[in-house]
Amino acid sequence: MSDWLARAVRHRSFMIGGILTFVLLALAFVSLFWTPNNPYRLNIRMRLKPPSLDYLLGTDAFGRDVVSQLMVGAQNSIVVGVIAVAIGLSLGVSLGLIGAARRGWLEELIMRFSDFTLAFPAVLSAILLTAIFGPGSLNSIVAIGIYNIPVFARLSRAAGNSIWARDFVTASRACGKGAFRITIEHVLPNIVPIIVVQATIQFAIAILAEAALSYLGLGTQPPTPSWGRMLNEAQTHVFTTPSLAIYPGLAIAFSVLGLNLLGDGLRDLIDPKLARQR
Amino acid sequence: MRRWSQLFAATVFSASLAFGPAIAQPRDTLVVGLQQEPTSLDPTADATASIDTIMSGNVFETLTTSTERGEVKPLLAKSWDVTPDGKAYTFHLNEGVKFTDGEALDSSVVKFAFDRAMAPDSVNPSKGIFSAISAIETPDPLTVVIRLKEPDAYFLNSMTMGDAAIVHPKTAAGNKTNPVGTGVYKLKQWSKGDRVVLERNPAHRDAARAALREVTFRVMPDPTAATAALMSGDVDAFPTIPAPETVEQFRKDPRFKVVVGTTEGEVILALNNGKKPFNDLRVRQAISYALNRQDIIDGAQAGLATPIGSHFPPHNPAYVDLTGRYPHDVAKAKALLKEAGYANGLEVSLQAIPFPYARRSAEIIAQQLGEAGINVKLINVEFPFWLAEVYKKKNYDMTIIAHTAPRDLGNYANGPEYFYGYDSPKFREMFADFRRTVDPAEQKKKLGDLQRFIADEAVHGFLFQLPQVGVYKADLKGYWTNAPELLMPLIDIAWVK
Amino acid sequence: MSLFLAKRFATLIGTLLFTSIVIFIVLEILPGDPALLILGIDAQPGQLEVLRQQLGLNDPAWTRYWHWVGGLLTGDFGISYAYKVPVWELIGERLQLTIPLAFISMALTAFLALVLGVYAAANHNKTGDVAIMATSQVGISIPSFWFAILLILLFAVHLGWVSAGGFPGWGAGLVPALASLILPAISLAIVQAAILARITRSSVLEVMREDFVRTARAKGVSKRAVLWGHVLRNAMIPVITVMGVQFGNLIAGTIVIEQVFTLPGLGRLMFQAINQRDLELIKNVVMLLAVFVVTINFIVDMLYVVIDPRLKVHDV
Repeated sequence: MSDWLARAVRHRSFMIGGILTFVLLALAFVSLFWTPNNPYRLNIRMRLKPPSLDYLLGTDAFGRDVVSQLMVGAQNSIVVGVIAVAIGLSLGVSLGLIGAARRGWLEELIMRFSDFTLAFPAVLSAILLTAIFGPGSLNSIVAIGIYNIPVFARLSRAAGNSIWARDFVTASRACGKGAFRITIEHVLPNIVPIIVVQATIQFAIAILAEAALSYLGLGTQPPTPSWGRMLNEAQTHVFTTPSLAIYPGLAIAFSVLGLNLLGDGLRDLIDPKLARQR
Repeated sequence: MRRWSQLFAATVFSASLAFGPAIAQPRDTLVVGLQQEPTSLDPTADATASIDTIMSGNVFETLTTSTERGEVKPLLAKSWDVTPDGKAYTFHLNEGVKFTDGEALDSSVVKFAFDRAMAPDSVNPSKGIFSAISAIETPDPLTVVIRLKEPDAYFLNSMTMGDAAIVHPKTAAGNKTNPVGTGVYKLKQWSKGDRVVLERNPAHRDAARAALREVTFRVMPDPTAATAALMSGDVDAFPTIPAPETVEQFRKDPRFKVVVGTTEGEVILALNNGKKPFNDLRVRQAISYALNRQDIIDGAQAGLATPIGSHFPPHNPAYVDLTGRYPHDVAKAKALLKEAGYANGLEVSLQAIPFPYARRSAEIIAQQLGEAGINVKLINVEFPFWLAEVYKKKNYDMTIIAHTAPRDLGNYANGPEYFYGYDSPKFREMFADFRRTVDPAEQKKKLGDLQRFIADEAVHGFLFQLPQVGVYKADLKGYWTNAPELLMPLIDIAWVK
Repeated sequence: MSLFLAKRFATLIGTLLFTSIVIFIVLEILPGDPALLILGIDAQPGQLEVLRQQLGLNDPAWTRYWHWVGGLLTGDFGISYAYKVPVWELIGERLQLTIPLAFISMALTAFLALVLGVYAAANHNKTGDVAIMATSQVGISIPSFWFAILLILLFAVHLGWVSAGGFPGWGAGLVPALASLILPAISLAIVQAAILARITRSSVLEVMREDFVRTARAKGVSKRAVLWGHVLRNAMIPVITVMGVQFGNLIAGTIVIEQVFTLPGLGRLMFQAINQRDLELIKNVVMLLAVFVVTINFIVDMLYVVIDPRLKVHDV
C-alpha cells in the first residue's frame, strides 16, 4: 500500500489532476457555507465593475459578484458530471457486458438500442426533451446521461468481445465456468482501464455538454449560477468586457483538465502492467 | 435638371469603365445585418417581422406608406380623398406602374389584393386591418374607392403595412419564394437561413432616386457574430443590433455611428387580470409601485430604452408621459398588499420567453417584487410553449412580452377571452368611440384618455419601449432612426460621397 | 459472412422503422401549435382553423404517420410549414454546408489524432509524447463554442484574415466558401481530435504490451515493422468504435457551432425548425440524422469484421 502511495505521489499527472480536482471540490464545498458576496443578489448600480477588493474578479451585467458565482457554479458542474456519468456507466457497462457474454439476439438488441440512442446526439435529445418538458438542468442531465449509455455499452461490448476471444477465456470455459463468472472474473477486470479512461472523458464531455446546453439556454436556469450560463450571458460583452467570458471558460477548462489528469493517473496506478513498464 | 445630372453621372461612370480603376466608382452596394430570419418572402402570409423589413416598400408596394414619424405619405396611390363622414376613401393610382414580370397595375389588381387578404381562407397575419372594409369599387383603372362600415381612425396607417401590399393575381401564390412586386427593388437571390439579395429595378418610376444598386440582407441572430461582422466590415449596417450592450465599443469607433430610436414595441409585465390575485386593483398597483423601471432598463437593456407608464410609444405625437403615475415606492407597495389581504406576502410565477429583453427583465423584476414581499418563481419557457399555454390557454400568473405591432391599444378592448384576462366595458366603449373619430385633434385627445385609463387601472406593469439600437457605417445616410412601422425604405439610403 | 451481412441489414431497417415511430410520437406530444406560431399573436380567431386545415393538422395521427413514411419511401418529404417550400429542397441546401463541414472536421480529426496518437505511443514517455498528451488534455478541456468565440475574436476581428461568420455559398467560388468553413471545422475538430489521439495512443500501447508483439520483437522484426504491421491493425478496434461515436458528437457539435458562426447548415436548420415548431421539417431532419448515424455504425460494424478476423469465426 505504501508502495502504491509512493508511486502516486511521484506520478505527475495524477498529482496535478488531484490538486485541480481538490480545488474544484473545495471551492464547491466552501461555497455551500460561504462566498465573498451573495451570488444571487442583483445590484444594477454595480454592473460591469472591474476587479476590486470587494469584487476580486469584478461584477457581471447584473452587478453580481463573479467570484461568488464561479464558486457556486462549481457545485453545479460536479452534480451534472457525477449524475450523467453514473447513469451512463452503470447502465451502459452492464448492457455491454451482457451483450459480449450472451451474443446472439440479445447482443443485437442491445446494439440496436445503442444505435438508436446514439442516433440522437445529446444536444438534439436535450433540445427535444426541453421542448417537451421545459428547459431545466434535470432534463439536460438526463439527456446527457442517456447519451452516455450507448457510449459505454458499445465500448465495453467491443472490448469485452476481444477478451472473450482470448485463449485464457476459452480455457476457463473449458473448465466449466459460467458466463456470469467469466464476465466478473476475467472480462470486467480486463476492461476496467479502458472504461476508466472513457469515464473521465465522459465526465469531461458531461461538463462540456452541460455548458453547451446552458450556453444555448436549455440547461441550468437562472437564478442558479452555472458556468455555461455565465458564458452565455457574457458572450454579448465579449468585446467590451472579455474577462466575463474568459473566467467561466477557464473554470470549465481547469476542472475538466483536472478530472482528466486524475483519471489518467488512476489508470496508470490501477494497471500494474503499465506501471511496471514505466 | 435631375435628368441632366444623371446623364452626366452615366458618362462619368462609363468613362471610369473605359479608363480603368483610375476614377473610383461610387459605392452602390450595401450589406445589412438582420437578427431575425425571414421564413418566407411574402409579407401578406406570414407574421415574421423581418419579411416586412426586407420586402415591404422595397419589393412590394402599398397604397400609402409611412414617414419616419409615422405620418402617411403616397406610394402606389399618388393622392387620396376622404369623405367628411370618414366612411369612403378614394385612392388615385400612379400611372404606368408595372410589376417586375411586366404585368400592369390597375384598380382591379388592388381590388384583387384586398379581396384575397379578406377572403375566408386568407391567412393574412393582420387580417383585422381589413375588417372595417364593406366594399371596394373600381370606377376606372386608376381609381379605387374603399367604403368602410364605420369610420376607422387607423385605416390610412393600416394601409401602409406590408400585410396590405398590392400583389398580382398571376403571381400572388408564388410570392413566398418568388416575389413579384412593383417596388424599386427586386429579388436577386435568397439562400434560406443566410441571406436575401435585392437589386435595383431599373424599370421603376423612381429608380433614379435609389442610390444603391444591390442590397444584401444577412441573417445573424448571434450578437457576437453580429458584432464581429460589423467590426470586420462584412456588414455595413445593423438596424436592430441583437444585444444593446454590444454598442458601447461602436460609440468609441469613428468608423461607425450608433443611433438609438424607438419602435412600436411596448414591453409589459403582463398580469393575468382574469384570476386571483391580479383581479384586485390594489395588487396590480402594488406591483406597479414595486417596479424600478430605471434599474430594469439599465440591467436588461444597458440603459438604452425609454420607460413607459402606459401602453403607447413615446415617439407618437399623441403620447402622454405617465411614468410618474406609480413611482418606485416599496413601502407603498407593501401597504397596498396588506390592504388587499396579503400582509404575509404572495407567491406568483413569472414566465419568461427566450428573448433577451424578457429573460433579463424577468430576473431583475423577480428581485424587485421580492423586496416588496411578492415571492416570484421564475419559469423560462420556449416561445411555442408560451403561445400555447400563456397566450392561448391563459395558463399563467405573470409574463413579459413586447407588443411590437403598431396601434395595439385595442388589445385592452379584446375582452376577458384575450390573454390579459382584462375586462372593462368602460374601456371598450371609450376605444370604440375613438375608432369612430375622424378629426385628428379629437383623435389625439381621446388617445390620451385611453392611455391614462389603463395606467390608472394598472392593468399591467408597463416597463419600457423597446429601442431600435442601430449601428451604421459613419458614411451612410438616409436610414430611419425610429421604427413607427416595420419598414426600412432602401430608396433613401445612400453612401456619402 | 453474407448471412451476417443480411442479418445486420435487416436490423438496420428495423432500427430506422422504430426510430421513425419514436420521432413521430415525440413530435405528437410536443406542445405548441404551428398555425399559431406562423400567424403570431395578432391573428384573428377564424384564421387559425383555416390554416390548420391547410396544413393538414386536423387529420388523425395514424393518417399523418403513414402519409409521412409513405412520402419518405417515394422521395416526398412534404412542405415546410415555416418556409412553405419542399422540405427536401431545404435539407438539400443545408447539406451542401453541413456535409463538407462534417467531412473536413472528421478528416482533420482523424489525421491529427492518428498522427499524434501513434507518434506519442511510439515515443512513449519521451518529450514528444508528454507534449502531445499535455496539449491533448488542454484540447479536451476547452468548450468548443468558447474556443470558437476566441477564434472569431483573434482571426476575424483582430487579424481580419477570415469572415466572422456566414457562408457565401459554393457559387461564390471554392476558396471563399472553404475559407468560411475553416474556423468552424477547427472548432469542431479540436476536441474530437484530442479525444481520438488519446484513444489511439492508449490502444496502441495496450496492444504493444501483448505477447505476440513481444514474440515478434524477439524474433527480430524491427520496431517500425511491428508497429505498422501488427500493432496498428489490432489497435484500430477501439479507435474505430470511438470514431463512430464521434460522428454523432460532430453532428451535435454543428448545432452549436453553426449558431456561433451563423452558418446555414443542417444543425441550425434543426434548431430553427424546433423553435418555429416546423413539424414537417423537424421530423425529416431528425430522421435524416438518425439515418446518418445508424448507417455509420453499420459501416463500423462491417469494418470490425474486416479488421478482426476472429469476430467472423465467432459469428458464423
